[in-house]
Amino acid sequence: MYKYDEYDQSIVDARVEEFRDQVERRLAGEISEDQFKPLRLMNGLYLQLHAYMLRVAIPYGTMDSRQMRMLAHIARKYDRDYGHFTTRQNIQYNWIKLEDAPDILADLASVEMHAIQTSGNCIRNTTSDQFAGAAADEVTDPRPWAELLRQWSTFHPEFSYLPRKFKIAIVAAEEDRAAIKLHDIGLQLYHNDAGELGFRVFVGGGMGRTPMVAPVIREFLPTQDFLSYLEACLRVYNRYGRRDNIYKARIKILVHELGAAEYARQVEEEWAHVKTLGLDPPPGEFERIAAQFAPPPFETGIADTVDRSDPDFAVWLDQNVKAHKQPGYAIVNISLKPVGGIPGDASSAQIDLMADLAETYGFDELRVTHAQNIVLPHVKKADLYTIWQKLVAADLASANLDLISDIIACPGLDYCSLANARSIPVAQKIAKRFEGLDRQRDLGELKLKISGCINACGHHHAGHIGILGVDRKGTENYQLLLGGSGAEDASLGRITGPGFDEDGVVDAIERTVETYRTLRTEGERFLDTYRRVGMDPFKEAIYG
Amino acid sequence: MGNALRFRDDAAHEEPAVTLDAFLGQTNATAVRLESDEDARKLIPQLGQLALIEIAFPKFRDGRGYSAARILREAGYTGELRAAGDVLVDQIPYMRRCGFDSFAPEADIDTAALERALSRYEHVYQKAADGRSPVWALRHG
Repeated sequence: MYKYDEYDQSIVDARVEEFRDQVERRLAGEISEDQFKPLRLMNGLYLQLHAYMLRVAIPYGTMDSRQMRMLAHIARKYDRDYGHFTTRQNIQYNWIKLEDAPDILADLASVEMHAIQTSGNCIRNTTSDQFAGAAADEVTDPRPWAELLRQWSTFHPEFSYLPRKFKIAIVAAEEDRAAIKLHDIGLQLYHNDAGELGFRVFVGGGMGRTPMVAPVIREFLPTQDFLSYLEACLRVYNRYGRRDNIYKARIKILVHELGAAEYARQVEEEWAHVKTLGLDPPPGEFERIAAQFAPPPFETGIADTVDRSDPDFAVWLDQNVKAHKQPGYAIVNISLKPVGGIPGDASSAQIDLMADLAETYGFDELRVTHAQNIVLPHVKKADLYTIWQKLVAADLASANLDLISDIIACPGLDYCSLANARSIPVAQKIAKRFEGLDRQRDLGELKLKISGCINACGHHHAGHIGILGVDRKGTENYQLLLGGSGAEDASLGRITGPGFDEDGVVDAIERTVETYRTLRTEGERFLDTYRRVGMDPFKEAIYG
Repeated sequence: MGNALRFRDDAAHEEPAVTLDAFLGQTNATAVRLESDEDARKLIPQLGQLALIEIAFPKFRDGRGYSAARILREAGYTGELRAAGDVLVDQIPYMRRCGFDSFAPEADIDTAALERALSRYEHVYQKAADGRSPVWALRHG
């Protein structure tokens, strides 16, 4: 885990004072709401339907128990006793008072946290693999690079008024658990044929109303050129990204309009210049950061087996626990998707409990996933049963990871001022319809994602099954999409046809998955079957 | 117009700024104004004759001028670099980092708030055009 030094702390403390000053000037009427808006947005403060919403950064989704408890404290003291973990590995609070925001930032700063650039047209919180440092398939831990990015992007003087928001994701495994090809910049660490570590650089992916899978802009970027190359990528975008139309302002439109090859050429040209400026930190800075992500002191020679005699535990074990690279250890996924719950929500008591588990059994580490769940990345297999029992008691033991009820959903019209339709009730109805775990497990991996408007915060384009809520002549209407993926095999879902009302879309999903059950061959996931047979059989089942 | 701010010791440049097109079409102008969509690199061959470059900020959200400023400083320009237009107190620290040393804001700047804003951050994370050492350099000094 990265620990702030005096420099990091002084910057975050100064930010608290700066925002306190800005809020005071706003409350005194010295600056207009229009002038205040980009300032508060760069601190993650949105004005929603009912109140201010504050989004707190959890850099690359990594936290310790002290930080997790602070999130619970904020929920209790300043909000309504719960928080909402987001698809960008952050947490947001829905009922914040503007005058409390500076105090919340001060509380966060006391545990090396902040809300810097969690919104606004700037470089947002970098996201990464929730299994970083634990996954057997990674070539290295991507988080030191993500921390370098955090520091480089924090208050970047040139890139704080970009044409539009800018999201970067980084992974270091072939399996893409961070949807990198659907980001403005996606970075994949790998070893080239010469055995050198570097990045494959994807630029221009994204969702929203014009979804695109990012093309490769550079096949291999040596690690020592990391930040100067990104500086060049951003500079080309800042200068030439469209500013005439908010819906065409993301970098994906620039890359698409120029063509990936021409964008890459312009970046190379800019980089040839930027590289001479000495912007890249020395290797010693990377080493300083990387040392803080050293593996925890794992015990060796411990039992690598688990007692499966409790059948409910065995189901959870098979579904929510993943292989760890260290023998005797495992990765625990805590589902925040109980049937009837709100995807990603956790009460302050639940947040505290997860912090306790991390401290007692998990080397004090927690992760937030882009699927809105929590991970304990390093737990001893011998402790799994005890952990599970405590999760059961806290209603946190849903054994549905990656199943149809492990739904990603945006806040939708229940909270969001942009939404056209509600997302949460639809997610709840789907979870209810497929409540039986046996049925869900029979359906296998099925990533279902719901957005309440075309901005696609619920990643509907990337769902094996996606749902898009729209406003149709004043009533909420839900379009169904099939065949999307946010993983290494990234693809965009296609709309099945005319939309449905709330109950209709749940029925349509049931017909879709039943069609899959009749068509699948041995070992095929829903997505595989869809890719093999195409849209027609599903369309027929839904509308026929 | 608001209060002009200048962070230079030399005397203010009096010659009115000409447009980029006018500048490129004549050889003797010493002050030029760039609109936010104009390419600062076009000035590079003739930077030596310029004493003032004014960069327009039609809206504070239009951040192209930040890149233009850095490009000019990176090319060795040492004359006055002025941000003009929708320039607000909370943007000025970023502009200073990008190399602006003169401001012609549309509306008055609260100088007390500006002073606080400019002195607030003792440390910065990146190298930019203002010569400040980033924290990675301080850590490995």
